Amino acid sequence: MKTKTTLWESIGFNQKLAPYIFVSPFFILFVIFGMYPLVYSIYMSFFDMRLVGNRGFVGLSNYTRLFTTDAFFAKSLINTSLLLIFGSILQHVFAIPLAIGVNSKRLKARHLFKTLVFAPYITSAVATVIIFGMVFDHNHGVLNYLLETVLQIEGGFRWTTQGGPIKAAISIMLNWRFIGFNMVIYLAGLQGIPDELYESAEIDGASTFQMHRLITIPMLMPIIFFALTLSIIGGFQLFDEPFILMGGYETIGGPDQGGLTVAYYLMFLGFANGRLGRGAAVAWVLFLIILLFTFINRKVTNRLQR
Amino acid sequence: MKKYLNRLSSTGKYLLLYGTLLVFAALFFFPFYYMFVIASHPRATMFSTPPNLWFGGALWDNVHQLLFEQNQIPYLLNYFNSVAIALLTVVTTVFFCTMGGFALAKYDFRFKNFIFFFILATMAFPPFLNIIPFYRMMAAFGWINKWRALIVPGMANALGIFLMRQFLEESIPRDLLDAARIDGLNEFHILMRVVFPLAKPAMGVLAIIVFVGQWNNFLGAFILLPGIRRTTLPVALNTLNAVSYGEFGMVYAGTALTILPLLLVFFFASRQFISGLTAGSIKG
Repeated sequence: MKTKTTLWESIGFNQKLAPYIFVSPFFILFVIFGMYPLVYSIYMSFFDMRLVGNRGFVGLSNYTRLFTTDAFFAKSLINTSLLLIFGSILQHVFAIPLAIGVNSKRLKARHLFKTLVFAPYITSAVATVIIFGMVFDHNHGVLNYLLETVLQIEGGFRWTTQGGPIKAAISIMLNWRFIGFNMVIYLAGLQGIPDELYESAEIDGASTFQMHRLITIPMLMPIIFFALTLSIIGGFQLFDEPFILMGGYETIGGPDQGGLTVAYYLMFLGFANGRLGRGAAVAWVLFLIILLFTFINRKVTNRLQR
Repeated sequence: MKKYLNRLSSTGKYLLLYGTLLVFAALFFFPFYYMFVIASHPRATMFSTPPNLWFGGALWDNVHQLLFEQNQIPYLLNYFNSVAIALLTVVTTVFFCTMGGFALAKYDFRFKNFIFFFILATMAFPPFLNIIPFYRMMAAFGWINKWRALIVPGMANALGIFLMRQFLEESIPRDLLDAARIDGLNEFHILMRVVFPLAKPAMGVLAIIVFVGQWNNFLGAFILLPGIRRTTLPVALNTLNAVSYGEFGMVYAGTALTILPLLLVFFFASRQFISGLTAGSIKG
């Protein structure tokens, strides 16, 4: 028998109010931890904000100097683009054929293979860099040993101290960590392609290669672009691997800034160099670049689906 | 004759497929194996040429050095921090995301579609966009070196709410909710006693995503938990790696101990892990 209805109960029985209460944590947290710093970062990007104080409004100069006098920013854009190509996009060149191979009906132990290739995805960037440390070590590493003995490249490469090899080393780590993830996405896509298409192509006498070129790839196109978008968004924000491999803020991307990415540079500006306004400007440029690529990808995907 | 050739080439293809996949599997697994090789070598044989490909006998010595003979990082404390923070993040995130997802899946209310798309749209903002003011705000709150700095901001996140919405939309019949209301349950009771028990599979998926993400979270812990006694394993290992000139045995032992539990759980529940960790991409 109820004697008194508490406020809590009367709210609880209100079916109209309940959903707003249930989604409210998201909005409360978003306003405080997402939107407020977001708006503040726009403001910051127009001021000469330092760690110790605000030196006043500078208009667009935080932005313009990035494209005129800031050699580090230019370097970070080039590095990020190269890493995007060889670290993020190249993954798909491996992941798609791997997925096709794993999807083959005659393959036994499919799941075991999936598991082995996916395992690096659950490994942290720090662990990845440490594990690969002895692979890339200049004097004692496995990779240089192989290069010297098999390919006869005297001395191998300086994987962590030279611009080009640094990017190659980071790309190898990224490929290792994310190929399995992409392969699983493609496997899901492959399972959506009807068998009849392959059966009729087989009757027409198509070879395996032709079947994949004419059926698999076109049917997979929307997923390819979706997965590429994910990789590109992630690739532009690449920070952990280069930052850890190059030893943090002090080296600003290592020898010759070979590992300096855009996100690395903005972290350097904001957290080590005390140039918060300029850091915020880099963040907004990065966001606009990501937005542009997402937009292009969406356009292309929409066209493909029509 | 032609038939015979066909069969041969088909067997050849089969072998080629197995061969290629085997090579790839070996390449992907090699770094893990190599980590244990290095972790088991003493300093004396660490840098031999050709490189070691088989285990040495110093695994225990290296672990001992990591735990008791260095004062760079409090490894066990960092381990405890990592476990505690990851579990607290899982519990809170799964709770708030299930709640939010439930609202969007099973209620009709004004601005519902707008709210749903707004939540999805927030995923377009990369975390780096506001990281500098975000850090300053956390500092102003006095949250630096507090675990809550790593847990609270992402407790009700867009991906989690989206995944829970997709799941609850299909798996909970509205009749059941109405029956519960007729039985006198209020909306909070329905959430706790009807929705949570039925949402367990999806909550498990979200728990995996959140746990792996937080266990491996370097950037967040790096800026928000700079104190070596307050921080988590990724930051601690990074510190140890940076200051341990040549003491790779200890660093690799620490790394192996960090990865191993998660890797073992992953191998035993690989189906759940793989489908869970790609759920955000495949359902989207």
